[in-house]
Amino acid sequence: MKDEVDSREDRVANLKGMGCSRKRVEDARFTQGKGNYVDDVKLDGMLFGDFVRSPYAHARIKSIDTEAALKVKGVLAVLTAKDLEPLGLHWMPTLAGDKQMVLADGKVLFQGQEVAFVVAEDRYAAADGIEAVEVEYEELEVIVDPFKAMESDVVLREDLVAEDGSLPDGAHGPRKHHNHIFTWEAGDKEPTEEVIANAEVVAEESMYYHRTHPCPLETCGCVASMDKVNGKLTLWGTFQAPHAIRTVVSLISGIEEHNIRVISPDIGGGFGNKVGAYPGYVCSVVASIVTGKPVKWIEDRMDNLMTTAFARDYWMKGRISATKEGKITGLHCHVTADHGGFDACADPTKFPAGFMNICTGSYDIPTAFLEVDGVYTNKAPGGVSYRCSFRVTEAVYFIERMIEVLAIELNMDAAELRRINFIKKEQFPYTAALGWEYDSGDYHTAWDKALKTVDYEGLRAEQAQRVEDFKAGKTRSLMGIGLSFFTEIVGAGPVKNCDILGLGMFDSCEIRIHPTGSAIARLGTISQGQGHATTFAQILASEIGLPADSITIEEGDTDTAPYGLGTYGSRSTPVAGAATAMAGRKIRAKAQMIAAYLLEVHDDDVEFDVDRFVVKGAPERFKTMKEIAFAAYNQAIPGIEPGLEAVSYYDPPNMTYPFGAYICVMDIDVDTGVTDIRRFYALDDCGTRINPMIIEGQVHGGLTEALAVALGQEIAYDDMGNVKTGTLMDFFLPTAWEVPNYETDYTVTPSPHHPIGAKGVGESPHVGGVPCFSNAVQDAFRAFGNRHTNMPHDHWRIWKTANELGLHD
Amino acid sequence: MIPAAFEYYRPKDMAGVLSILEEHGDDARVMAGGHSLIPMMKLRMADVPHLIDLQDVGGMSDIAVTADSIRIGAMVTQHDIIDHDGLASAAPILREAALQIADPQVRYMGTVGGNVANGDPGNDMPGLMQCLDAAFTVVGAEGERDIPARDFYEAAYMTAREDEEVLTAVMIPAPQGGYAYEKQKRKIGDYATAAAAVQIVKDGGSCVSASIAMTNLSDTPIYSEDAGAALVGTSVDDAAIKAAIAAMLGDIDPTEDNRGPVAFKKHVAGVILRRAIERAWSRA
Repeated sequence: MKDEVDSREDRVANLKGMGCSRKRVEDARFTQGKGNYVDDVKLDGMLFGDFVRSPYAHARIKSIDTEAALKVKGVLAVLTAKDLEPLGLHWMPTLAGDKQMVLADGKVLFQGQEVAFVVAEDRYAAADGIEAVEVEYEELEVIVDPFKAMESDVVLREDLVAEDGSLPDGAHGPRKHHNHIFTWEAGDKEPTEEVIANAEVVAEESMYYHRTHPCPLETCGCVASMDKVNGKLTLWGTFQAPHAIRTVVSLISGIEEHNIRVISPDIGGGFGNKVGAYPGYVCSVVASIVTGKPVKWIEDRMDNLMTTAFARDYWMKGRISATKEGKITGLHCHVTADHGGFDACADPTKFPAGFMNICTGSYDIPTAFLEVDGVYTNKAPGGVSYRCSFRVTEAVYFIERMIEVLAIELNMDAAELRRINFIKKEQFPYTAALGWEYDSGDYHTAWDKALKTVDYEGLRAEQAQRVEDFKAGKTRSLMGIGLSFFTEIVGAGPVKNCDILGLGMFDSCEIRIHPTGSAIARLGTISQGQGHATTFAQILASEIGLPADSITIEEGDTDTAPYGLGTYGSRSTPVAGAATAMAGRKIRAKAQMIAAYLLEVHDDDVEFDVDRFVVKGAPERFKTMKEIAFAAYNQAIPGIEPGLEAVSYYDPPNMTYPFGAYICVMDIDVDTGVTDIRRFYALDDCGTRINPMIIEGQVHGGLTEALAVALGQEIAYDDMGNVKTGTLMDFFLPTAWEVPNYETDYTVTPSPHHPIGAKGVGESPHVGGVPCFSNAVQDAFRAFGNRHTNMPHDHWRIWKTANELGLHD
Repeated sequence: MIPAAFEYYRPKDMAGVLSILEEHGDDARVMAGGHSLIPMMKLRMADVPHLIDLQDVGGMSDIAVTADSIRIGAMVTQHDIIDHDGLASAAPILREAALQIADPQVRYMGTVGGNVANGDPGNDMPGLMQCLDAAFTVVGAEGERDIPARDFYEAAYMTAREDEEVLTAVMIPAPQGGYAYEKQKRKIGDYATAAAAVQIVKDGGSCVSASIAMTNLSDTPIYSEDAGAALVGTSVDDAAIKAAIAAMLGDIDPTEDNRGPVAFKKHVAGVILRRAIERAWSRA
């Protein structure tokens, strides 16, 4: 046998296990146009549904006339709230404990809101039907500013005000005003106020983290097919959490869960946008039940940008205190969170502001307090975590800006200020002032490596020279050095404090080894481009000693995959990856018994070695995993059941805390506001590295989305609540042309509680990248008195900064 | 993003095109590359019950360069412009501008005729053609006529072409001297925040003629005769450039949009024009 002559090194290489840059097995399919996305699902007799959407941001609906629409050739039905009401489906629960209209029930609260659902033979007829539906609106006063919302007499959500005018508690406690959703606090208020009041130095800043959108290349959609004969509903869709969708559909429709099959086929990017439930899903299901035919609903780009889950929209006010030497003593943060017309944030139930309380960042801040007020406005609902764990991008942006502002206040170098405040290696596990227990880190090593690699001192000298040249009229270009050090909190999460709608946030893996030594593993997660079929096979290859190429990974079909909470918040590797390793270890434990029997020794006398069990002290005596697999099925072994399968449900003991050090060097044309990123260095520590090539790809992608958000990507509204950025002409999606070269680097600080020490990486580059790009812009103007300007730093806003600093005079 | 139903025609000759236009008037539109019209139809912002595809008409895809003039057929694509060496040496500003339009995929489809005929103030070719003092040949039931580019644009999407006429060619007098097409945009594929087309003739250290046109800074392209005049007779020094910019700013009328407020656009227009003049002068 070949195995017998291969060296150990060859056997390791043959597995393509952890640490190897195995090529993505998905790509053969995707690069040849052989993917199978939801819009590729075509069923016999399939109908197409689409929405009549509100042109107004706030209006009462006086009437809906569907008569003309029903006469359009090919239109079969038009659903309105009145049709859904008898089923109790005109409203639906949101992930945040609020409820949301499926179809406008008497009024609309944001532009693009779903008013009626036209079901037709094809999407062309549906579009014509939409044109023919006549809706009479009475415009109401529009509120797009959350601060005005909190003072306005205008009641956005009449359903949340009691008849006597009193305000019943919301899902997260008492409400201060009829447009207020919740107040959420973390940390110690009085001690924080006291520390800040008595501090030697205090820096204050207000910043707006603008509303933006994950904008996956594939928009949201689904196909619902109700089989009236067997009572089974099959739902294909762009779901980042297919099992959670199955449970939610069962709870709101009353269809028993075993009669619902949810399938997430290939998904073209999610970035948080595909976590929640949308009216299109409910309407498609109802339409399929009503018509007895499959019904497809696919958003177009404008629908996606204008109505499905946005991200950010946080107004953050901070105070940070320190000693004269720069040692931080306290941090206070208040957030006014604009949630739009319904609170449809996708956060663990107990965390209405997500993990915003990671906002003490990578620093040893002894005292801190965070308060978040959620507010209703006439904007689309959402508030998802766009390529980040729950609100972590907001938190990291906040602290990384506050550090810069404090550095200005102290007249200190911002890199040095970070260094003297980092949590030290020996302080881990570290309990932060706002409650989290950071699992592991070595920030100083990462920071020093980053600064040395880019020659930080040299860059500062060059920048100082540039400022002189600028003042002397020799150049109109300024140079910005953007620094960012981030700590992510990912892998939600421990069931004791993390659930969504009561569903615990564990995850799962089920493995079946085939007799000939190949395997299939199914997980409760779902890849949207992360390369799970590649990396999870690598984890298993290392754990069970079968080549990754012989392991099929399957996700997304609730009839076959074990229950799990899906993929978002960089949770797949920390949670499902751990489940995979644990299930693999169960396989190995049984394999050990089989090997011992075959080798006629005691269980304890064999040990695992790459792809086999060997007799201790006698390496020539072994059974390969392939041989063991065959024996497991085909040899009667006393006391051992046939077969080789395992399942593991993993409830993580803690989150994982990836971190990294990013540095951006940028030139800025003061006269036009045009930026040129000359260098971007990204050091990531995601613990154990499963596939370095995929990590690098993830970092490139996350940084590019960070560049987008920092430099121009926004969902902007005018005063009437009209979306000004509803197409890709105005919504900034960078192309290869706009993207700089990225230099990636790493350190490895394994997670102590994760079975393989991995921490997750998909979102780190976004979390760390946004403040890094933003800090570079702001740093360029520091020498001229700039403290803070809000993102996005597009051309005109940068120009405005320069203009206000008198640089055009 | 589904257009309303429409009739699709693909006539084999111009007579066929004109007869459909005659029959349906402004209910019919001709389409060249379709990169402006089709999105408008999908957004249901353009209602075109009768769509006439010009692909099979023929005779409008040639580029002819002679000693004193250039003729570009309406169906010539932006890519053809970039790819044509004779054109690049006779009128290098065309390649410089075309390379700044959209992206390669769009440039393979988008045509010169469509770009100048649509009347979209964001398009780059109209301003460029005004700078080059081009004329557009249109054909209708009454026969052909030429309309100077500088007289062609009346308002956004409103031009001197009648509904029953088809723009068939662009005639350009051979450009002289130095050139530059300078464009600021937010990203690849975007319309200009501000763009300037400049053509300058130099004789012994002084400017003998200058032509300047601006893009996307009004509801039409702006040919600024005064800006050009401000350079003539000067050595194109700082004072002359400032005078040209001041004249140009008097002619444009930008509006606020997602690219920025009016003050920003005016400032950038000045910066872009200065850069265009300096580059054109350095090449003159």
